[in-house]
Amino acid sequence: MASASDLLYTEEHNLVRKMAYDFTRNEVMPIIAEHDRNHSFPHELLPRMAQLGFLGICLPACYGGAGMDFLSLGIVSEALEYGDSSVRETVAVHLALHALPIFQWGTEEQKRSFLPALANGDHIACFGLTEPGAGSDVAALQARAQRQGGEYILSGEKMWITLADVADRFLVFAKTQPDQGARGISAFILERGWKGLTTGTLEGKMGVRASNTGWINMQEVRVPAEYRLGQEGEGFKIAMSCLDNARFGVAAGSVGIIRACIDESVKYALQRESFGKPIAEHQLIQQMIAQMQQDLDIGELLVWKAGTLKNQGVRNTRETSMAKWFCTEAARRAADNAVQIHGAYGYSDEYNVERHLRNTKSAVIYEGTSQIHTLMQAAYTLGMREDRPLRCPMPAYDPDAWQ
Amino acid sequence: MNIAVLIKQTPDTAELPKISVEEARSGELRATMVLNPWDEFAVEEAIDLSDRFGCQTTAVSMGRADETDALKHALAMGVENALLVDDEVASGGDEWAAADALAAAVMKVGEERDVELVLAGKMSVDGNSGVIFAGVACKLGWDLLVNVTRIVDIADGKLIAEQAFEGGQETVEVPLPVVISVAKEINEPRYPSFMGIRKASRASIPVLGSADLQVAASCTAQWTDLEKPEVEQVQVRIIEGDSVEEKAARLADALMAEKVI
Repeated sequence: MASASDLLYTEEHNLVRKMAYDFTRNEVMPIIAEHDRNHSFPHELLPRMAQLGFLGICLPACYGGAGMDFLSLGIVSEALEYGDSSVRETVAVHLALHALPIFQWGTEEQKRSFLPALANGDHIACFGLTEPGAGSDVAALQARAQRQGGEYILSGEKMWITLADVADRFLVFAKTQPDQGARGISAFILERGWKGLTTGTLEGKMGVRASNTGWINMQEVRVPAEYRLGQEGEGFKIAMSCLDNARFGVAAGSVGIIRACIDESVKYALQRESFGKPIAEHQLIQQMIAQMQQDLDIGELLVWKAGTLKNQGVRNTRETSMAKWFCTEAARRAADNAVQIHGAYGYSDEYNVERHLRNTKSAVIYEGTSQIHTLMQAAYTLGMREDRPLRCPMPAYDPDAWQ
Repeated sequence: MNIAVLIKQTPDTAELPKISVEEARSGELRATMVLNPWDEFAVEEAIDLSDRFGCQTTAVSMGRADETDALKHALAMGVENALLVDDEVASGGDEWAAADALAAAVMKVGEERDVELVLAGKMSVDGNSGVIFAGVACKLGWDLLVNVTRIVDIADGKLIAEQAFEGGQETVEVPLPVVISVAKEINEPRYPSFMGIRKASRASIPVLGSADLQVAASCTAQWTDLEKPEVEQVQVRIIEGDSVEEKAARLADALMAEKVI
């Protein structure tokens, strides 16, 4: 069966694919169910992921990265989420929502100062946009940043922040001009240990339990002006461009979930018998398997399309949104069907599929709910939305310069 | 002193049961092909020795002209050079013919890079013969160490290694050159690095044929028949007990009764 990996990817990509899937099967899958059960973060994986270069995979080597392209980021995201969403989330947040924005919007000094320690895992980083009262409506955020000489004084609260209690670097958004709505938001890099900055963990999540999710509280945190990312008032654009990076990883990771659901469902359906034959021979089981395969084939192509545009340095907000919307919904369908195929066993954590089902419910909510993406796609198609050029577009992938 | 490491491209272990007799007979396998897992330990050891003693490493494999996935994997792990022996060289031959061709390839590598150590895995997961490296040692006329769990030192033309055998372990010293098969206890194979992957994907792997190696296929032993073993019917017994200790004791009794332990 020809797959996108055979047709669309290079030998380099396929070697990355094998390495990343080997890592997931050998290092992630043996431990992740227990972490999920215990709601514990797999700290032991971070040094291994850093050593392999996952944490800076698509950053140029001159900033300490591995110098690979955006398709490689997608492949690693897919492989990691084949094991569990939480591990892929770590890369997405650390790299796509923190390091890549610095690479895109930072000054040369900021890139040289911040990126190497992020790429090698010495610093683990997160992204603080969502607040208790502001999710999809980013312009409604309440955090404030007031300039005082060479510093900003930040106050406010961030909620549902992945890695909040693990990270030692924070990219947070606060209003420097509260009366200007989205145009009054600015972005800042904060460090753990600064006075007035505290974090905590949120308990009771339905899924992604092996990931750390928490809150960030800022009480008059003094932030040096050189830690502001981008210009004053540019925060909304930075945040939206961050989502272009992160949504790509979410989409690719969802492809990994679909693949995992297919692998587990096929194995189970060929072994489990009912009415005197393997359940794989029952047509309604076949229908669910076929649906998963259809979704996998479409999802792979959407991810490849978005990743290729990223490599070319072409604005890809629409394509990445489409990939994220489709792939997360498809992964939720696949996980739902996989549980159904496994019957009562699928409802137990003896098998992985129930974990995938719980995880996929969060994927259709974070990084833009499916409803937000529906509206975005409608607006693009109806001609009601157009992406304007950014002051700092994400650079195209340049193998010579990046390696 | 440089190293040649013998590797084989084999089907992914998880896919071995799916391979049909026809596929095995024709060699046209519809399976994901990987570096033979046992050979990964040999590759890792070669890279480690390269770091320790500053020697060059060359991976040598025999297969069809397009069967380079295992060699690329070895390059991605960190082996410096790769060489493919076209399996037409040993076409129709047996393990002895394969050993002859691989020994000739090692000599060929040695013409450029003074090879004094050949490393190999203990067997391949598909052929399972476990004799190729011994044949290579015989053809080369070199000493042979098997089941090596640690290479202690290489100095003054000698190699000191630890070998495991049933119920014990011994330390031996042999003069170079030598052929060594490694046990899985010797190391933990690394994952390919991104830098290695870039190098591997751009590498052009030279292919040696009969004319290059000056060997003729021999076929002392030939397949007369090939069949898959019957699928074993497995029965599941759940060991019951009031406590973990009681269950464990009953399980141990059952295993002893079945002469498993």
